[in-house]
Amino acid sequence: MTDIIQKVKNLSIGFRSKKGEEILILKNISTNIKKGETVGIVGESGSGKSTLALAMMGYVKHGLYTIGGECQFNSSNLLRMKSKDLEKIRGRKIAMIPQNAGQALTPNLKIGYQIDEALQLHSDLDEKEREKKISELLNKVRLPSPETIALRYPHELSGGQQQRVAVAMALAGTPDLLLLDEPTTGLDVTTQAHVLELLNFIAKDTGTSMVYVSHDLGAIAQVSDRIIVMYSGEIVLEGPSRDILKRPIHPYTHGLLKSIPKLSLAGLPESMPGSQPQPGTIQSGCSFFDRCNFSDENCKNNSPKLEFLKNLNTSVRCFNYEKLVNESQASQTFNKIKNKSQDKEILNLSEVSISYAKQKLLDQIFNRISDDNPTVKDININIKKGETIALVGESGSGKSTILKSIAGLLRTKDGLIRFDENRNLSSDLKERDPNDLRIIQLIFQNPDESLNPNHTVEEIIAQPLKLYFGLKGEELKKNIIDLLQKVRLGEFYTSRYPRQLSGGEKQRVAVARAFAAKPDIILCDEVTSALDVSVQAAVLNLLQQLKEDFGTTYIFVSHDLAVVRAISDRVAVLYQGRLCEVGPSNDVYKFPSHPYTEVLLGAVLEPDPDIKPKLVAEDIVEERPPEKGCSFQGRCSRIVGDICKKEIPPWQLTDSGNAIRCHIPIKELQKEQF
Amino acid sequence: MIFLIIKRILLGFITLFIVSIITFVGTEVLPGDACTTYLERQAFGEQLEACYRRLGLNVPAYERYVSWALNAIQGDFGYSLSGEMPIKDVLGPRIKNSLVLASAAIFIGIPIALILGIITALWRDKLPDVAISTVTIFAMTIPEFISATLLILIIAIWLEWLPGIVIVPTDVSFLELLPNIILPVVAIAMIMTAHMARMVRSSVIQVMASEYVQMAILKGVPYWKMVFKHVLPNALLPAINVVALTIAWLLGGVVVTEVVFNYPGLGRLVIESISNRDLPTVQALAIILASIYVSINLLADLLTLMLNPRLKTLQIRK
Repeated sequence: MTDIIQKVKNLSIGFRSKKGEEILILKNISTNIKKGETVGIVGESGSGKSTLALAMMGYVKHGLYTIGGECQFNSSNLLRMKSKDLEKIRGRKIAMIPQNAGQALTPNLKIGYQIDEALQLHSDLDEKEREKKISELLNKVRLPSPETIALRYPHELSGGQQQRVAVAMALAGTPDLLLLDEPTTGLDVTTQAHVLELLNFIAKDTGTSMVYVSHDLGAIAQVSDRIIVMYSGEIVLEGPSRDILKRPIHPYTHGLLKSIPKLSLAGLPESMPGSQPQPGTIQSGCSFFDRCNFSDENCKNNSPKLEFLKNLNTSVRCFNYEKLVNESQASQTFNKIKNKSQDKEILNLSEVSISYAKQKLLDQIFNRISDDNPTVKDININIKKGETIALVGESGSGKSTILKSIAGLLRTKDGLIRFDENRNLSSDLKERDPNDLRIIQLIFQNPDESLNPNHTVEEIIAQPLKLYFGLKGEELKKNIIDLLQKVRLGEFYTSRYPRQLSGGEKQRVAVARAFAAKPDIILCDEVTSALDVSVQAAVLNLLQQLKEDFGTTYIFVSHDLAVVRAISDRVAVLYQGRLCEVGPSNDVYKFPSHPYTEVLLGAVLEPDPDIKPKLVAEDIVEERPPEKGCSFQGRCSRIVGDICKKEIPPWQLTDSGNAIRCHIPIKELQKEQF
Repeated sequence: MIFLIIKRILLGFITLFIVSIITFVGTEVLPGDACTTYLERQAFGEQLEACYRRLGLNVPAYERYVSWALNAIQGDFGYSLSGEMPIKDVLGPRIKNSLVLASAAIFIGIPIALILGIITALWRDKLPDVAISTVTIFAMTIPEFISATLLILIIAIWLEWLPGIVIVPTDVSFLELLPNIILPVVAIAMIMTAHMARMVRSSVIQVMASEYVQMAILKGVPYWKMVFKHVLPNALLPAINVVALTIAWLLGGVVVTEVVFNYPGLGRLVIESISNRDLPTVQALAIILASIYVSINLLADLLTLMLNPRLKTLQIRK
């Protein structure tokens, strides 16, 4: 028993609603964390996973309170401890690595001070020793030149660096237990893979126990020995991570794994219906009942208990798990999508450059932009009618910038954007006529921000209909209901406000609004990133269905390469605002030829413990594109010589129609793959 | 950084220039002028001409503006019409008086506002917060002419502790002035303190809810250390600009309070010179008030820039 480090016993946490009802966020949770083990807690937003992690530090957020149960650390209950005693445990015995290090580091204090503070509180070192220790810690998390980093303020570091600082700060107290709350969410794929690798190294090196909280099964698969799956405030499945990922015996986990797009498989994953219930809405029966494919009458009326299965070493909360025991995960079916693009060109970008440089007075007068090294440069893409083309790259690669220019939100510096071979769209919004505006519509990443909270769904969808088609009265109403049905929302949604909708429903409304304009091209800017995995698949399926019905062209921007793989016909890989590789998705994903594509794809995490990410290049952040030569020269591991630094690489064509921009001959690039 | 400061100062001067033109044009287009007002029914013929010559109103407007501006830069605003004395001699004691009133209110009000704001935020929704918040909201909502009148009624008339109105000459020494200013200072400080305390409260609450404060708690930082190191520096930064605006407002003359207490400050001078049609004085006042606002806001911006590491690097990078 001594090897148990944290014991959670019958923990319930909740809040009181305005009507005075007790609403549970966590329902009777019990679990143990053993010494040296890494436990992954998986769940969608609102499943209570973060509340559980915070409770393990004896912290309950403002507005919530403990209803019952304990969190035992060294056999004392953290939830009933005085704050004086808690201060001695927090940071020293149990440390937290937060989700968003950029927000979690105090902005007015230098990095060095913030680490020093932890050392002062939790160690007996004197000033000299502490200074040395700070350097050691920063070195350990692989930050370059620790002495100068220590003197910087948090905002002067990149996202990945901030996350490393947060790790260093947590390690300062040499804790026995590390709690990680979505530590890599919001980082670029490459950075995420590096941070995870660092965490794995630290777990091995120091023998620290870790609790890793995430919605991302890919990340969990890479780090954890054991997985706890949470749904609606309950543990629904708990067991060794390999078993959970390879043979999920709870319907929710089963469906969740099926709904994740995979790099190795083209096509759209199956979607799970519905969304997680709001806390307090489930009165009786299983909380997963209405989304479950295996449910029966029993599930509706009785709540299943968490049952420990000795032969599988797994706990499961389901009456019908046996139906799933024999079904292996390999039965994953993907709806293959057909490339429906026609030969007709719909949008053409030639030699497009975009600059964010501030105009000087003289340039403003002459209405020109002068910038020798613009953010986006030399973009040449032909987009065919009916195809889905994806722009991929890390943050700062210029993918959203290009979308903004096509939408007219940003003026181009040079080059032409042509619609339908003759209509010039290089100008910005003010100079476009209403029809130019109608043909291109945007769907944004975050529906919370893109839908006006004071408008009903009806008013939101009515706007483009009134603006572009002048519809009124009955006809308007009919069109709105039509559109709502197209995005699988019922008529009764018309009078609702965005705050009364779930994340997935909001994004559906945004999709309906875009289609209301009957556009030829829809620009999708990270449309699924703000959604939970199970909802993401449904939205992707919807987009695909609508495209087939209307023959719309999508330009799809995403940092999630697996999502891109699922939906796109063609991929354009961008680095620092320059194209690296353009080609059919199948070819790019099967044979990533450009060194940067290789780096990107190598870093993708799959929800499979057997597929490890390949870390090819360092995750350095470059602030500006290089003045001369290849855009990727700073991070490329295959530089052939001075030519990469001096000359912009030429386009090379492969047999399958991939265009690659690299100095290395195409034959050689392909040879080294697989 | 230096470039930025110079740029801001230049912008300040441009603002003042525009203000001076607007006031000049404004006084110019008003029907009637200083001489017609001054001479009243005798404003015709030889007498009017003489007045124009004496005041230099017989030359074109732009010439008058230039000579006025050149003199104003040197601190010479010409002559007041009503008292026939140099405006700078009228302004001097008034500015001093307003300064005394404002600084007394600032030195009392700001510390109290900060302390109340922080207390209410840290004990949010508990007894200290509820009690103080009720009082501050009450103080905020009562207009100053009512609170000032009530103060006079209670302290000066019923209790007879302090003089109700200021009946000393404009140029008395500070000690003689002191008992006279207590009531006006209380009246101003009440409303100002209440406003600022509310502002500080919401700012501190916002920072307390931030992720970095949660992180500091989870790091095991003791409560008060967390408050002083992690919360206050970040919560009080936005307060600087509000404080600056308040100071400018105070220096610019708190018109109502000055009138109620008959206090010889800038605010009352504004009222007096407008009702007397003393246009040269109005012009001078406009320019002086504008420079107070511009310079105090400039100082506040520079201070924020200095204290906020984020803005600092941003500016340097540019």
